Amino acid sequence: MAEKRKKVLGSLQPDIEDILDWNKLPEDAFQPASAEEKESFIQDRKSVSYWKDAWRRLRRNKVAMVAMVIVILLGLFAFVGPLIVPYSYDEVIPGANNLHPWHYSLEDQEELAAAQDPEMAIELARAEAEAEGRELSRIEEAQIRAQVKSGGDVDELRAELGIKPKLFGYTNDELQRIADGEFVFPHVFGCDMQGRDIMVRTMIGTRVSMIVGICCALIVLVIGAIYGSISGYCGGKVDAVMQRIVEIIYTIPEVLIILLLGATLKPILENFQNSGDGFLQNMVTILGPNLIAIFIAFGLLYWVTMSRIIRGQILQLKQQEYVTAARALGAKGGRIIKRHLLPNCVGQIVTTTFLQIPSAIFTESFLSFLGMGVSAPMTSLGSMCSDGLSGLQSYPYRLFIPAIILSILILCLNLFGDGLRDALDPRLKK
Amino acid sequence: MEEKQKTGKLLEVKDLHVSFFTPAGEVKAVGGISYDLNYDEVMGIVGESGSGKSVEAYSIIGLLQSPGKVVGGSITLEGEDVLAKSKEEMIDLRGNKVAMIFQNPMTCLNPVYTIGNQLIEALKAHDKKVSKEEAAKRAMEMLELVGINNVEKRMKQYPHELSGGMRQRVMIAMGLICHPQLLIADEPTTALDVTIQAQILELMKELQKKTHMGIIFITHNLGVVAEICDKVSVMYAGKMVEQGPVDDIFYKPGHPYTMGLLRSMPRVDAESYERLIPIEGTPVDMLNPPEGCPFAPRCEYAMKICLQKMPPYVELGDNHRSACWLRVQEQMAKEKAGQADTKPAQETENKEAGDHE
Amino acid sequence: MAKYILKRVLMAVITLFIVICLTFFLMNAIPGNPWLSEKTPSQATIDALNEKYGLDQPVIVQLGKYLGNILQGEFGDSIKMQKDRPVLDIITTMFPISAKIGIIAIVWAILVGVPLGCLAAYKRGTWVDSLLRVICTIGISMPGFVVATILLQIFTGGIEGFKILPTVFDGSWQSYVLPCAALGFYPMCYLSRQTRTAMLDSINQEYIKTARAKGLRNKKIIFKHALRNALIPVITYLGPQIAFTLCGGFVVEQVFSIPGLGRYFVQSIQSRDYPIIMGTTIFLAAFIIVMNLVVDLLYKLVDPRINLSKGGN
Repeated sequence: MAEKRKKVLGSLQPDIEDILDWNKLPEDAFQPASAEEKESFIQDRKSVSYWKDAWRRLRRNKVAMVAMVIVILLGLFAFVGPLIVPYSYDEVIPGANNLHPWHYSLEDQEELAAAQDPEMAIELARAEAEAEGRELSRIEEAQIRAQVKSGGDVDELRAELGIKPKLFGYTNDELQRIADGEFVFPHVFGCDMQGRDIMVRTMIGTRVSMIVGICCALIVLVIGAIYGSISGYCGGKVDAVMQRIVEIIYTIPEVLIILLLGATLKPILENFQNSGDGFLQNMVTILGPNLIAIFIAFGLLYWVTMSRIIRGQILQLKQQEYVTAARALGAKGGRIIKRHLLPNCVGQIVTTTFLQIPSAIFTESFLSFLGMGVSAPMTSLGSMCSDGLSGLQSYPYRLFIPAIILSILILCLNLFGDGLRDALDPRLKK
Repeated sequence: MEEKQKTGKLLEVKDLHVSFFTPAGEVKAVGGISYDLNYDEVMGIVGESGSGKSVEAYSIIGLLQSPGKVVGGSITLEGEDVLAKSKEEMIDLRGNKVAMIFQNPMTCLNPVYTIGNQLIEALKAHDKKVSKEEAAKRAMEMLELVGINNVEKRMKQYPHELSGGMRQRVMIAMGLICHPQLLIADEPTTALDVTIQAQILELMKELQKKTHMGIIFITHNLGVVAEICDKVSVMYAGKMVEQGPVDDIFYKPGHPYTMGLLRSMPRVDAESYERLIPIEGTPVDMLNPPEGCPFAPRCEYAMKICLQKMPPYVELGDNHRSACWLRVQEQMAKEKAGQADTKPAQETENKEAGDHE
Repeated sequence: MAKYILKRVLMAVITLFIVICLTFFLMNAIPGNPWLSEKTPSQATIDALNEKYGLDQPVIVQLGKYLGNILQGEFGDSIKMQKDRPVLDIITTMFPISAKIGIIAIVWAILVGVPLGCLAAYKRGTWVDSLLRVICTIGISMPGFVVATILLQIFTGGIEGFKILPTVFDGSWQSYVLPCAALGFYPMCYLSRQTRTAMLDSINQEYIKTARAKGLRNKKIIFKHALRNALIPVITYLGPQIAFTLCGGFVVEQVFSIPGLGRYFVQSIQSRDYPIIMGTTIFLAAFIIVMNLVVDLLYKLVDPRINLSKGGN
């Protein structure tokens, strides 16, 4: 193929062989071509729709796909998990205070107790001696007593006895029930100080974090999109004033305002809660004042970036001719925004909204860690970390389990968001 | 550097193929083009956007960005194979032997450095021994040469403080500061006002006379070509459809595309009732280039053969050749009539060219 | 330029005013009295207090008075945490520690993050780039308390051989290492990512093509032409990062038990010591707003496109 073309096109002189070839051309070669023939000449590439194309690119991005799978798994963990585990997040399991995520079997525990208790050790030795047909002397007894007392460290003793911890936490009560042939759901991550199952709490915490992230993203989307599109579409003085407002909000330190809101809204909302038994009051009770403070703060402050992006997009699109055409046809402003402008900046809106989720989760965990998040006994990953901090030396997993899940969740959302941006951003479309 | 007048071939491009390897497939941006450029000669490359004219120029200077790749053919500059050069050698070549100026002087100068800084840098890149003062002196001479006054002040200014025309002058000065043999101008006047355009063209013509360098002038504006070029190549969809001396192209165009371009060009001497005739349709999809002549779907003379086979070149005159089956047909008719095969068929030529005369 | 500075300063003042008003009205909206403690004081006491603090006057008058007081540096006295100690006094003794940690953190974040971003852009597509991208994406995905507790666990707790740093914050330089490292990690990663993006953006500009056509070496193109342009947008990210780092300090101070203003602020919120909450919010907001202003002006100075002699836009 390439060889042939070289001959035909590359030569500076018409090729003699080619001239000979021309004589072999079909009879009608120099007849005018019909319009249909011309039409069929161009093989149209199948036009790929925007979303299909984006999905193809997203699928190719392995990192984003792995991140998506992990987010889905975490979603299942958070939303389906609590249905499977028979404990609830605020259920106190008797005898499970500070339960580790591992256990020792009942036999091992007995052996250990024996090794720890001199009387039991003596009894054992006595039984041994009896079997041998002699009596335990006082001196021997004293020796055993001294021995047991000197080997004080439990961990060393366990190592000595060859007792190994087994996976998952069970209370002794539950171990007894297992021994009786009953099925007891294990405390995979152990229990906290008050004896609540940490895994269920982690699930609920993840759920709260995810819901907060999504709600905040939606709040930001709605307010930012409305504000940005009005500002961008109206232009002129309206735009100038609205942009000054945005500039001012942009420089307000948000975290401080959220903390302030949290601190002051609490008594206000508590007052409101006690004022009656309406729907709103119940809502407040369910959400808790701190979550409401977070939502309000997001609604007040965090939409600025979104509104700026949408305004920029709209200013750009406003110049496009189809908008002029729509206006010439008498379409009203709202309709133009809805039908023509928004569909064109949907890629960027989706990306920005999505990336708002990890950022909101991040903020929520920060506030919860400071004790300003959801109200007890409800929990979130941030407040679990905060609870875990006090026992960091003896129970590091109490902090690190929620911390790791939180980090993985934010990481995967970020990675997927990046992939989404790469896939949806038309500027990168080549 | 020494301005001895050289003659003969400066650049020879032979059957150049350039492809872009995109996720959607291979885009054959340049599909086998050939031309020569002599010293002291200005060649125009004309074509619409996406016809591959810039890509072709970038491959000469080694600025082709991935996923673009030269996949076939050769480029010979002063007897040296450009494509065989190493990266280091290409860096030495750029700006030194071959210089390039770009379309938009607004974005082509770095906004955060002064004019002087950027000019001196261009010189120092190829002449390490030159002292600071000497470099500054040469830079100022260069600025004066391109018609900028008050050079001492200009050297200290930032690009945003200059007008568009002034910036393009700076770009030209920057290109010429190492006295290149070949200057590639990629639509250097497109982004400028019409009056400024004329000034820049005047300047380039003048400089070309002074320096005797070869210029490849890429444009989509035939008016500019008439102004400055000695010969013209017309590109369409990565293929060179016609090539010849500027007068031949204007007065005896051999390819319907060239004719179309001429008809769509506004002219000062046109009668008031004459209208500009646009070329209907859009260029072909470069991802799946068709077998035949790429212009066929838009061509009013299209024949059945055009849709099946790419036409060969037909010599229409001295150094004037065209790839069109119409010309092949004429040639064959002449052969049959026993005429000499080098003379183009004057009759039809006149008839078609008559449309715009 | 003068016009620009004036405009920016005016905006900053308005922002601060809004923050103060917001603080004021929120405090006013709290049911009961701001100084209400566990045991309810008698009506007579409340009236006396109301009169003393001018709470019987209209809200607007109160706001005016409050603003006047703030301008004189009068933030009121603590009502719970350290009863009757002036809030300003608390702030001035505790803020230096927070500021010190914050400044060290942000400085190391800039000094490491920006060069790493350049390196990633320079080596884009290689394993260095991928590695840095992984680290930085993880970095911006880990909340400050996670980083802080991991560092705390590694260097002062569990692992043998790493116990080289003090467990308790005692003001020695060693005790600053971990908090500063933890606090600076996020901005470091963030700046590195932004620098990389800005660098790549800059590399795609036309002037880079010109530089290549001039025959400049790759290194010179990247580090002279691309970097300078890339740094300009990176500076704009600094303002929000300073605010973020300062607030991130709350968490880090909590984890490392540092007696800084951030930790104290959080404690005051938990114990509802309103004068401290108000005072600290306004003080920190003012600090952040001023820092933003400085960064903003700095940005305009670095970018030569802003004409200094004429009024810029």
